[in-house]
Amino acid sequence: MEAVAKMEGVAASNQEGVAKSNQVWAYAIVGFLTLLTMATYAVNEYYIYLAAYLWFGFVYGMCLQYGRFCFSSAFRDLFAVGVPRMAVGIMIAMVLFGSVSAFVTATGNSTFHAAPYGIHSVIAGFIFGVGMVLTGGCASGSLYKAGEGNATAMLVILSISVSQAIFASVGGWTNQLVPYAWHQSAVAKGLPASINAGDGWVDQYLAGHVWDQPVTRFSKVLGLSNPFAASFVGDVLVGIVLPAAVLLIGVYLIWYRKGYMRRRAGERLPTAGLGVNLTGYWSMIMASKRTAIAGLALGIAAGLHMYVMKGLMLKFGVSNFGQLMKEMGITSGLSAKGTVFDPGYWYVTTQEAQWVGWVFNKLGAENMDNIYFGLENGLPNPLINPADWMSLALIGGAAVMALLSNEFKWKGTTRELAMWAIVGGTLMGIGSRLGLGCNVGAFFVRVSQGDVSGWMFGGGMFVGAYVGVRFFNWWTERKMAKEMAGFDL
Amino acid sequence: MKFEKKTEGLYALDVCGYVCPHPQLYTKKALEKMKGGELLELVFDNASSGESISAMCESIGNEVVEKNTNSGKYTWKIRKIAA
Repeated sequence: MEAVAKMEGVAASNQEGVAKSNQVWAYAIVGFLTLLTMATYAVNEYYIYLAAYLWFGFVYGMCLQYGRFCFSSAFRDLFAVGVPRMAVGIMIAMVLFGSVSAFVTATGNSTFHAAPYGIHSVIAGFIFGVGMVLTGGCASGSLYKAGEGNATAMLVILSISVSQAIFASVGGWTNQLVPYAWHQSAVAKGLPASINAGDGWVDQYLAGHVWDQPVTRFSKVLGLSNPFAASFVGDVLVGIVLPAAVLLIGVYLIWYRKGYMRRRAGERLPTAGLGVNLTGYWSMIMASKRTAIAGLALGIAAGLHMYVMKGLMLKFGVSNFGQLMKEMGITSGLSAKGTVFDPGYWYVTTQEAQWVGWVFNKLGAENMDNIYFGLENGLPNPLINPADWMSLALIGGAAVMALLSNEFKWKGTTRELAMWAIVGGTLMGIGSRLGLGCNVGAFFVRVSQGDVSGWMFGGGMFVGAYVGVRFFNWWTERKMAKEMAGFDL
Repeated sequence: MKFEKKTEGLYALDVCGYVCPHPQLYTKKALEKMKGGELLELVFDNASSGESISAMCESIGNEVVEKNTNSGKYTWKIRKIAA
């Protein structure tokens, strides 16, 4: 025991030494972002719009790293190791985000638009779910892990970015795979000639299929017209709280109850009855306070983010940052509508597609003739892309948190992990474009806003994660068998 | 990944360099293959896996008897629950 105590003492003193240099780096990151905010504001007050994205991104990064908040593990760890920690954290975050943004919605200040729902949402979620298990992290998880110095996570981000940029503008032989009905419907939409909606797989998928699907929220399904009743009862209570509570009951019964009752039996406490099970349910919710606190903070921040972005839109009299870019004399990279990607809330994947798309464009690729970049999101210089400021600051926020808790460490990748990062990242990129978002944009945000499509994407992710875990079970078993060839157990 | 038998009843699993879900999956499989009461010395450097491994051990009943951390490397000793 003395030896152990001595070891721990050495470890502690090492970490204390590291903490001082880490503090310097943490202050440097915060200082740089502060300076960037002030300097750009001095140039033009419109930059405050980008700074708002930046500082909310920074908060998201801190929360994600603090709670090791990874949507991938919410699904994956249930199947892989029977741990419900993150599933609980995400449900808490969604209820909190939903509650804060319900007020924002009820007062007419929401920046959210529901997405079309259908079988495409489930298929997209499934592809994304398989990919996020292979990579070891979801889209937002990869960002915060990049902030911890993880090279594999950086490779995942690159893979998501490149695959989206290519997939969004792919044409040629893939046009042969488009159902004729989609083609007809896409052409009939009368989009600008520069977009050429009848060419390109994703264009015809979007304009010819997805846009024809219904759009609804739980408040609309229930026919609630009073804004507060619609938001708090329809979208939050019926759309988030009840489904989340039911899902967590399932998680408790399948993955948590047995271990909890075994521990109680060991302490000679009762192991049956409603009261005991309710105590167990609560114990599951509170099992990881760190995750629960992160979920709570993320939920509140995500709701406030919407409110602040709407406030800035009202202040400047615009509905999209592209209008402010025009006023600043910057027109390069604007979409045919004069817009750029400006979600008004937390989002991850489109800005990743854009920065690679922008590089491709500068290298001579004609990738502004599609709906995704050319009509909707544009390809602005990454230095003035609002959502890019959010993602980069998210990495910065995670880095600061990791540095301050001595968890920052440059960590290279291996051939095996790089392979999973590329394969899984590509699946996540394709899933994101099919689902019009990732685990944040298509699941977390949409569920929290009472959008029916969010649960459908989530259902697909759940099944995809199961398939991914089954694959990795086979893969790790195979490697373990090789290791164990030299000895008997 | 390196899994070896050090002495009778003591096994070592090194999953340094791996990210989620590999460390927790390998730990689960190693423990499943060991006998009740045997000890696993686990070395990993993926912080977020620690949360999952800790929760997994608590749920199954395996006991984490020692936790050491040094420069981002975690060395844990886990005793498998007696059958």
